[in-house]
This record gives sequence, C-alpha cells and structure tokens, in this order.
Amino acid sequence: MQVVVCVKQIPDPASPSSLDPATNRLVRPPEQVLDDTDRYGIEVGLQLGEKTGGSVTLVSMGPTGTMQGIRQALAMGADKAVIVDDDGLGGSDALTTAKVLAAAARREGFDVLVAGVESTDGYSGVVPQMVAELLDVPALTFARKVELEGQGLRIERQTAGGFDVVDADPPAVLAVTAGAVEPRYPTFRGIMAAKNKPVDRLTAADLGVGGNPGQEVVSVAPAPERQAGEVVEDEGTGHLRIVEFLEGAKVI
Amino acid sequence: MSTWVFAEEVDGRPGESALELVTKAAGVGDVTVVYLGGDTPAGIGALGAYGARTVYHLTGGGDLPAASAAAALAGLLEREQPELVLFAQTYTSRDVAGRLAARIDRPVVSNAVDVGIGSGNAVTSEIFGGTQVVITEFTGPGPHLVLVRPKSFAAEECGGTVDRVEVVPLAGAGHAGSPRVVDKIVERAEGPQLSDAKVIVSGGRGLGSADAYVLIDEVAEPLGAATGATRAIVDAGWVPYAKQVGQTGKTVKPEVYLACGISGAMQHLVGMKDSKRIVAVNKDPEAPIFSVADLGIVGDLHKVLPKLTETLRARG
Repeated sequence: MQVVVCVKQIPDPASPSSLDPATNRLVRPPEQVLDDTDRYGIEVGLQLGEKTGGSVTLVSMGPTGTMQGIRQALAMGADKAVIVDDDGLGGSDALTTAKVLAAAARREGFDVLVAGVESTDGYSGVVPQMVAELLDVPALTFARKVELEGQGLRIERQTAGGFDVVDADPPAVLAVTAGAVEPRYPTFRGIMAAKNKPVDRLTAADLGVGGNPGQEVVSVAPAPERQAGEVVEDEGTGHLRIVEFLEGAKVI
Repeated sequence: MSTWVFAEEVDGRPGESALELVTKAAGVGDVTVVYLGGDTPAGIGALGAYGARTVYHLTGGGDLPAASAAAALAGLLEREQPELVLFAQTYTSRDVAGRLAARIDRPVVSNAVDVGIGSGNAVTSEIFGGTQVVITEFTGPGPHLVLVRPKSFAAEECGGTVDRVEVVPLAGAGHAGSPRVVDKIVERAEGPQLSDAKVIVSGGRGLGSADAYVLIDEVAEPLGAATGATRAIVDAGWVPYAKQVGQTGKTVKPEVYLACGISGAMQHLVGMKDSKRIVAVNKDPEAPIFSVADLGIVGDLHKVLPKLTETLRARG
C-alpha cells in the first residue's frame, strides 16, 4: 500500500504566536516544529505501510526553514518527504492548501492519503475533505481508530453520539483525530537515518497550482478581556465555596 | 436575496446549531435551508418555525451522505446563485462544506463566530485562544461559504412556516468502493450533553490518570451536568474526543463551567471562555485558568472534588 501523509511545520505552540502587521499573516520562524497532531496521522500511515509492505511519503506545504519538523516526521519512519515551498503560497487559504496537497499526492501516487482532522495553527478543519474531492475519492473523516480489513480499511468515525464503524476500499483520504493511535517516538537510529532520506522541494508552478485565496483578513484587534474573580486557597472548605457559588448562580 | 443555511437532521429534527444559523439569518432577511434529512419530512416544520421560507430536502443520502450532498448542493447553488451559505461546524457539515468548496472552487471561512449577512458577508473569528478578533472578507464572487462555530447565536422560534419544499433525491457518490457504515455505536444517548447542559464539569491533566476522571463524573451526576475534557487528556486517550472542549473541540457556553485540573491553555480557553460563570480548581496558583475564573480554588482536586460530590449528594 502506497501511503501519503500530509504534515505541517508550525511555529512552536509553546512560544507566543504573532501576526505580521503588514500582511496579517502568521509569522513563521525558520525553526518550525512538527504539528503535534500530525504524529497521529504519521503513526497511522506507518502502520498501514508496515502491515502491507508499502511506502510512506510525507507531503507538506510551507516554508522549509530548518526542516526540524519534517526531520522529526522522517525520524519516526517515513521513507521520503515532498515539501512545496513557494513564497507565492504565503497566506494560502484552506482550498489553495488542499489544491497543493492534492496535486503533490497525485504526483507521488497513493492508495491511502492520511491527514490530521485539523492543524493546530490554522484549524480550518476542511482540508482533508477538499483534498478528497479534488482527487475524487471518498473521505473517511474523524477517524478515531483505523484497521486493515482484508484489502480495505475499517475505521471508527466519531459522531455526535458515539461512533460509526465504516469500511472502505482504497483509494481514500483518511482524516484521523488525535488519540487514534499511540504515536511512536523516533529512535536514535531513526533520527540518524532521517538525515539521509530524500526530500524533494517543489514550487506551486511545478504542480500547476496558482495561489488566489479569495479571502483576505482585513482587521485584527484584541478581544475584550474577561475579568478575573476571587481566588482562594483551599484549606479544607474549598468545596463549600463552590457550593455557595453554585447556589448564587441558581444552578442547584 | 436569500441567505442559505445547510442543516442536518439529528434525532428526527434539525440540529440545534443549524437552527441557530436559521435564526440569525431570519433576523436579516429571507432564509433558504438545504436540509439533509431522512426520507420523511420530519423536522421541516421546525425549520419554518425558526424562520426558513424555502427548504430543499435532500433525501436518500444513506449513512455517509457528505459527498453526494455536496454534489447536490453544488447543483442547487449553480441554479439559484445565492450569495452566502452558512454551515454549522459539525462533523458532517464540515465534510459537506469542504467537499463543496473544492467542487465549486470557492473559498470557505471556518471558525466564524459572526457573519455580516447582507453587508458584504465579512466573517468574524477568533485566533490565539480567543485573544484576538479577526475580520475576514471575501475578495471573489459568491457563493461565499462560512462554517460557524456552534453557540455563536441563540436559536429562537419566530413562528413562521415554510412556503415551499423541493425534494432533492441524492444519487450515490459514485466512487468505486464507496465507504459503507457497518455498525453504529451510541456511546451515550442519555444524560446531559455538552451542547445544552446548564453546568459543565471538565477535567484536565491535573487529574493525574484516566481512572481519576471518575471524580468528574461523580461531581457531574448530582448537578445534572455534562462532562468535558481538555485536548491533553483526550490525546492521552483518557476520554473520547466527543468530550473535548476547546479550539479543536466543542465550544460551550453553560451557566457554570467547573474546570478541574485544567491549566487554561489557549487551546482550551477558546472553547469555554464565554461561559456565563467559570469556577476553577487547580493546584498551581499561577495557572492561567485563574485569570478567567469568577471563583478560583487553589487546591488539590483529589481532595476538593470528593468533598464537593458528598456535599451535593447530601443536598439531594
């Protein structure tokens, strides 16, 4: 099974994020990290690749930078990476991103394309569905568990009241929730091997995709702040303060 | 010009978050609803009561209707040329909006908390954990597609009726090896839901282990509260994703939100900071959650919660 996994390098969520005041775009420092939620998609992809004797290719759009995040993904065990790095794609919306990822996946060839349900920084939450439509394949979204079932896939799809068990045959797009699997940590050998794995760099023109988002951020302003209330140390009666508060709120 | 709202049938009637959008749009002008329902007209009356005048009733979509619903919707948009289509940010509506956007090559703006209907369709959303408010404008021709976070507007009946219903049968998606649902599991049909509970009790990493989540369940029970969780403990596999409150989970606005062992990461705050009142229990006096809490208890939840449960139970 040929597996493509979409991954994203994002500014380290542990550091404060900022927007470029001239463009209203997220400032992306050179040393971006792997989006933590992508580790679940990578793990699912690696397991599918391993169980079927297939390959795992990472596809990513964004500034290459120091490649810290991509290296981490390769160190987990992916075979190669394709990075679409093009200044003209800066500020792309979900649809432009999906066009780029779909074109890159088509170029590589795939049986299953795996992505997280949403990125941590942009979280539009519609890119996997768009990619599926552009590639004219089914989308198995909100997958909280993924298994191989014969030649096909069996997933548990999160629903509002529980989950559906869904079977599908490749080719398909698979969007996995965090927690779908236990992602592996890169081994020392994996980290060393990642340094020599092939990384292709492409431009939008290589893929024949233009960047015209059709939407523009016109203003950014601080949100009204919520006022902090009373903070008390629990000296054995903290629970009574909560009961008193709930009474005041008339919910008990 | 009519505003369009996409609505899904949930338990025999239109989903609450879609009714919020119908209410909002009806306050500005005419509303047309594209209703992904079952094969009976259940729920169409409710759409009218909230302000819909025209309903396109999509039927026969099967268990996984997103691809065929997107295709049918694309046809309707081509024919009727509305300017704006609103979607609630729920699982299936996200699938439909994403596929539709790619199909008709129009952008979609996600995470909206407000939309300037009838005045350019500018979309308000929040970033960086709700600390910054962003206005996004569409720069190209419509239809403009917007995914709106649930609870952004109140759903209110206006006593109207639907003038016209057009049934639109959905053809199969037509993909080779189309996905099929082989089993449907309901994990929690009963009990208070995050979307409408007056009180929500949520747990975070401060619980220390998956087993300790029972402390949350126990406090919630006598309160009739729904239970929530942070992304950290959902990622850790302690509780299902459906309980996740925050940027990548649900947005909630209960009367009281009781945050236990939750530090108050941006990711979480964005989903609950608009609760009417917030109570926080956390060991760390520096935890950011205390900066939004109306009442903060600095203490060990493993001590505070059992005593709270006991007191609430004793009240009957």
